[in-house]
Amino acid sequence: MIKQDSYICVDGVWKAFDGYPVLRGTSLDVAQHSATALIGASGSGKSTLLRCINALETVDAGSIMVNGDLDVTAFNADLDAIRRRIGIVFQSYNLFPHMKVLDNITLGPIRVLKKSQKDSKVAAMELLTRFGLESKALDYPDRLSGGQAQRVAIVRALAMEPEIMLFDEITSALDPMLVGEVLDSVRELRAGGLTIVMATHEMSFAKEIADQVCFLHEGVVWESGTATELFERPRRVETQSFLQRVH
Amino acid sequence: MNNPAPDTETVYVDPLRQARSRKKARQDALIGVASLLGFVALVVLLVGRSSGWDTVAQTFFNGDQFAESFPGLLQAFWLNVRIFFIAEPLILIIGLLVALARTVKSPIFLPIRVLATLYVDIFRGVPTILVIFLLGFGMPALQLTGVPSDAIFWGTAALVLSYGAYVAEVFRAGIGSVHPSQTMAARSLGLSSLQNNRFVVLPQAVRNVTPPLLNDFISLQKDTALVAVLGPIEVLRRAQIDTSSNFNYTPYVGAALIFIALTIPMTRFADAMQTRSARKKRAGGVA
Repeated sequence: MIKQDSYICVDGVWKAFDGYPVLRGTSLDVAQHSATALIGASGSGKSTLLRCINALETVDAGSIMVNGDLDVTAFNADLDAIRRRIGIVFQSYNLFPHMKVLDNITLGPIRVLKKSQKDSKVAAMELLTRFGLESKALDYPDRLSGGQAQRVAIVRALAMEPEIMLFDEITSALDPMLVGEVLDSVRELRAGGLTIVMATHEMSFAKEIADQVCFLHEGVVWESGTATELFERPRRVETQSFLQRVH
Repeated sequence: MNNPAPDTETVYVDPLRQARSRKKARQDALIGVASLLGFVALVVLLVGRSSGWDTVAQTFFNGDQFAESFPGLLQAFWLNVRIFFIAEPLILIIGLLVALARTVKSPIFLPIRVLATLYVDIFRGVPTILVIFLLGFGMPALQLTGVPSDAIFWGTAALVLSYGAYVAEVFRAGIGSVHPSQTMAARSLGLSSLQNNRFVVLPQAVRNVTPPLLNDFISLQKDTALVAVLGPIEVLRRAQIDTSSNFNYTPYVGAALIFIALTIPMTRFADAMQTRSARKKRAGGVA
């Protein structure tokens, strides 16, 4: 059962690690060109849900469909095709330390999309310029600040021209002074109409940017709604107590 | 009042403190040298005055014997050098292939994985000299047509097989030392497992294991002498012949000096690489 406006449709997904359930039959609908924020305590399943959406983790049960035509959870799913359409940025950047910034960004386009070296470099430089990183193109990742590294990671995912971007607590490892520049990058992508799903601890940012906010509790989407609904008038006790604790 | 704000490049050290710490450094250096000289003088005095020293010097450090045998030893050492340079690239190739074979997960390649594991288990478990005996005497005894009976060939082959197993384990450790999040990032970009290995994991793995690999090189350099048991006249064999014909052990000392002359620079180089990579790792953090 796919809803009319559902671009990503997560339906009854279960996932356990070593017998410990992390996702417990959770469902989620995301509209195209919208931003969805996943909030909740550590261990509530936010990261695992994101990883299931681009098939970095296989689900134990349930299904995830994208655009009604891409079954992420199928047994014979073309994982490479899924990951080409869905980008992800991690909390710990995960840049490749042995490659220059530019090579980090062009690796996917050259090897996966089979673009030419030249086209990939031109496109990468355009993206770097857009995010104010053009002067870092020939540096190695260990020369970057945390904020710069995370923005490079965003550019690296963007270079694959994904339809959906997943952000997994991308500001959690950053010095508070560097959070702003990374959030600016996400704002910019939001304005460009990319479909975004992000796990975040930045409540004010979620409030500002998200069309839909989902509170995860014990492996299920416990409550979801618009930012105003969820932050101003949370209905369930668990949501209320979580919001009280983080505010 | 505000503190003065020097430009960010300025390094300022109180001259008095600087003078004091320089003086301390000079004193430390002096004490160190004096202590070392004293120790050497003591050793020379004790050893030189001991009753057996003349016999020892005559048997192990005989100048005439040394001058007589050394050119021949150097010439024989050329064979060790050749064995080393033929074996080393082969060892690296075998080691890398075996390490990779042990990481493939596809069920169709299970035979390859089993073979690779068996190879490592067997050749790491058997003493190198035993492998040299087995191949060096055993293979020619088969008298198969097309199979060489050359002792140098089989001695080198035995070194390659024995060291290949060790180096495979070093490479495997290197592959394991690359954090799984790197693979996750590569796969999330759509890179295949093979591409992930080639572009992301292996380059970092090789960089991580360069110091231990250098240590294995040094070891191999010395172990080329083991081929002597099969008869080829390399440096150890040459020294053995000279020793037994003159009843003097100086040629052995000469052979030892030749090995040391080569391994010490390599050891220092390996140490320097290790320090450098450790520093780099600390500076890199979680990139």
